[in-house]
Amino acid sequence: MALFEYAPAPESREVANLKPSYRPLINGEFVDGTGAPLETINPATEEVLAEVSTAGPSDVDNAVRAARRAFDKVWGPMPGTERAKYLFRIARLIQERSRELAVLETLDNGKPIRESRDADLPVVAAHFFYHAGWADKLDYAGFGPDPKPLGVAGAIIPWNFPLLMLAWKVAPALATGNTVVLKPAETTPLTALVFGEICQQAGLPPGVVNILPGAGDVGGEIVRHGGVDKIAFTGSTEVGKLIQREVAGTPKRLTLELGGKAANIVFDDAPLEEAVEGIVNGIFFNQGQVCCAGSRLLVQESIVDDLLDRLRRRIARLRLGDPLDKNTDIGAINSAAQLARIRELADTGDAAGARRWTSPCALPGRGFFFAPTVFSGVEQSMRIAREEIFGPVLSVLTFRTPDEAVAKANNTPYGLSAGVWTEKGSRALAIAGALRAGTVWANTFNRFDPTAPFGGYQESGFGREGGRTGLEAYLNV
Amino acid sequence: MTALAPELADAIRDEASLRRFLHGLPGVDQVGLEARAAALATRSIKKAAKLWAIDTAISMVDLTTLEGADTRGKVTALAARAKLPDPARPGTPPVAAVCVYPDLVAIAAESLKGSGVGVASVATAFPAGRSSLAIKLAEVTLAVAAGATEIDMVIDRGAFLEGRYGQVFEEIEAVKAACGTAELKVILETGELVTYDNVRRASWLALLAGGDFIKTSTGKVSPAATLPVTHVMLQAVRDWHRSTGELRGVKAAGGIRTTKEAIRYLVAVHEVGGEAWLTPALFRLGASSLLTDLLLQRRTQLDGHYTGPGQVPA
Amino acid sequence: MSDRVSVAKTCKLFIGGKFPRSESGRVYPVQDGKGAFLANVAHASRKDVRDAVSAARKAFPGWSGATAYNRGQVLYRVAELLEGRRDQFAAEVAAAEGIAARRAQSLVDASIDRWVYYAGWTDKIASVLGAANPVAGPYFSFTVPEPTGVVGVLAPQRSSLLGLVSVLAPVLAAGCTAVVVSSARRPLPAVCLAEVLATSDVPGGVANVLTGRATELGPWLASHGDVDALDPTGATVEARAELAREAAGNIKRVLTVPAEEPDWTARGDLARLRRYLEAKTVWHPMGL
Repeated sequence: MALFEYAPAPESREVANLKPSYRPLINGEFVDGTGAPLETINPATEEVLAEVSTAGPSDVDNAVRAARRAFDKVWGPMPGTERAKYLFRIARLIQERSRELAVLETLDNGKPIRESRDADLPVVAAHFFYHAGWADKLDYAGFGPDPKPLGVAGAIIPWNFPLLMLAWKVAPALATGNTVVLKPAETTPLTALVFGEICQQAGLPPGVVNILPGAGDVGGEIVRHGGVDKIAFTGSTEVGKLIQREVAGTPKRLTLELGGKAANIVFDDAPLEEAVEGIVNGIFFNQGQVCCAGSRLLVQESIVDDLLDRLRRRIARLRLGDPLDKNTDIGAINSAAQLARIRELADTGDAAGARRWTSPCALPGRGFFFAPTVFSGVEQSMRIAREEIFGPVLSVLTFRTPDEAVAKANNTPYGLSAGVWTEKGSRALAIAGALRAGTVWANTFNRFDPTAPFGGYQESGFGREGGRTGLEAYLNV
Repeated sequence: MTALAPELADAIRDEASLRRFLHGLPGVDQVGLEARAAALATRSIKKAAKLWAIDTAISMVDLTTLEGADTRGKVTALAARAKLPDPARPGTPPVAAVCVYPDLVAIAAESLKGSGVGVASVATAFPAGRSSLAIKLAEVTLAVAAGATEIDMVIDRGAFLEGRYGQVFEEIEAVKAACGTAELKVILETGELVTYDNVRRASWLALLAGGDFIKTSTGKVSPAATLPVTHVMLQAVRDWHRSTGELRGVKAAGGIRTTKEAIRYLVAVHEVGGEAWLTPALFRLGASSLLTDLLLQRRTQLDGHYTGPGQVPA
Repeated sequence: MSDRVSVAKTCKLFIGGKFPRSESGRVYPVQDGKGAFLANVAHASRKDVRDAVSAARKAFPGWSGATAYNRGQVLYRVAELLEGRRDQFAAEVAAAEGIAARRAQSLVDASIDRWVYYAGWTDKIASVLGAANPVAGPYFSFTVPEPTGVVGVLAPQRSSLLGLVSVLAPVLAAGCTAVVVSSARRPLPAVCLAEVLATSDVPGGVANVLTGRATELGPWLASHGDVDALDPTGATVEARAELAREAAGNIKRVLTVPAEEPDWTARGDLARLRRYLEAKTVWHPMGL
């Protein structure tokens, strides 16, 4: 046997405790929603996972009222010390049920179990744990004594990190004393609804967290509802603009975490081997469906051939396939619609004259898969260099001098993240300072931590999630 | 050794060129390297792949005894295990080599004659390497004359850390010449080099000087082999191949005791080096107790139930 | 009183450190509190907004890249110059707002003190709002506040100087550059402030002052793709909703402001500075 073929090593899907149907959580109880039910599918197999009852306008209204009651009567008046203990409980329950949640996330989202298990879930638990500690220490958060919550927070989250994005919204909202009406993404509602169960297990008072599955219309109802004091949205810049328009002229507070087109800059003195890993992680983590993905690789001209050669060899080793297989590096694209968008944008790269290289990996016969792809010879003006593809497609550009690298990196309406690779400390700091982006990873990429604020410049949104700074989004300060 | 690519030929022109070349190698980011090694270590190897990996690992073992208390009897017993590790399971492959001190080479060679199992000898004032070049070369000559097919030398870490790369280079070159047809494994003793940048430089230095294998450790210094260090060395032989077309080997030695660990090394070989390195000709595991666990796990795979250490020869 | 005829000033715009007339050629008359004519001031147009934004953008790298210490010194210098022209400003404010001389004097004093207050903030912001993040891994992670960019400011309509300084100084202290539309009916203190800015050490383009109507210019600022933030204080409550909608076009940061002009004599605060700052988080591995 000349080949080291890894036998399939699938995580058991039984662990997910998948149920045939799921329902909205309103005022502490799972109830039938009045919206049209949806079927959520496994993007890796296209099989239906479960039927999900969705929220209609009256459900949104009920949820907001429940959240308001909970805010006025229970959660708002509750001392921070007590709120904290609920959040600690939730953190522990998530840790206890983390494998179940990881498998369920992988089934519903298509991401590799290695990521949901080793990246998503640990950070989810950490987020609750971190924010739990803040609940009774808000006096020290730098916003003056006794900062007040806003009231009812409406949270609308995307499908790329379903449970993690929930944590990024719910944990700070609850820690600061707000109550929540959350809408998970249409294609990935399951882990949020299991989180609803966790809220019940934690004994969280009814109405503090309400979860309304559904499509964009449910999000619209939440955004427009007069009883909502704050909207926290993570998603596309396009929808972010619509929400900002909608909220304009109302007293609602708003934070937006939107798209990105991050530059990942590699200098000729970079730690090359780790830079290659960082590039791979930057664009192929979660199939590139990451708002902060390092989708524009900027390479110093003197090393571009060598780097691309190394990169292609490395990418060819990525294992694409069954997301439940513990050895899978690249899972499924979340939906047929997203796959179509990736294909369409990638095709514009060919049309514009960029050179496409595709990993030789085999694609499964069914499910939504897109092989890791690298475009070289990309120019700033091409759509693949400007638009967020939200898929495993890397655009490679070159530069000659640090100034040119920075100018190209900043030549975007976005500003969520960026990367820089150089062994020269002073250069790393100078470039990090010059990049107009909310997060700069120097000699690393895609690191997340509840203590480290995350959010965008420019059209990547406003407001931060994480750290002391992140609390501001949920306080009346 | 085939003709070197121009940039490599230039690297060994003189001491200054050698220094420029070694210090011009890309740096290693410790955190990124260790994260990558840890991520690869989560690979889950099951069923047929696991059995294949166990057999491959057995065939890569340099079954080693390097004790002051080593006796002819111990070496003979070791040789017997090397040839037929699990007599009750006839399909079990033999190990790659038996590794001993020079004075026991003759015993090992005699015991292994005709078996295809290599006779490896440590040499060059192992493990510290603190002696004169003449003594070191004499030791190599002695071992080769006694029947060693492989020589595991140590580099002069003191000279390396002082930046006297030329001296280290020349010593390896001289030892290589003294080896004749025996294969040369160059022990870097990475635990004393400390930084990954040093490991990368020492790896290239050894490859430039003609080492057939680069080897992590003597087993006498902690830490011995680690996954990240092995990654760096695999990257070096992979890139050497990319530049020269020549295949050189890596030996991870010391501290590898379980099948689980051994398989992690094989995964690293597979995914960092490449499939070409998945052969005893290009990858070795230097170990004394690992074989027992490999045999135990092999039986578990074959028999479908767990077994105890008393069930396999040790 | 002598019979000498005084020399009247031509009131112009302040863009990129220069004093151009409005490109539209328009002016409008300004009266004092009792309705007496004071001056004709330039009536800025959308193209003046365009020019001012481009001057502010051009000035942004230098101003945002200056050391905090330097920005603090520059802003303190503005206070020094204002102090030297204290009486002139008191007269301007009294005329513009139709208030007694003593009241006007105290407003000018407060305005000077406000510059001092924000000048002192520049090199404290990062310590107060930044952080070393104790991340769970071998990384050095830190967060620093950085200026948002070009800020469009519709200055208060009533408080012609103190209000103006209260909304402009924090923009500059944060390291942003500003395009300010002055009070429409009380623009003269703004015109004089521009003259102070021009002769201070504030680099050209960092603060640009347009006299004109917030109702007319506000929408151009709000919809401008190269303006990063908007302070709609000087717009009517009704107009603010539409400005906020326009501002969504490039995800502008829009200040939440009270319906009525606040009491500007209340001291400044960090909240205004926070609105013009972005948090940047930087990660670097720590290894040997």
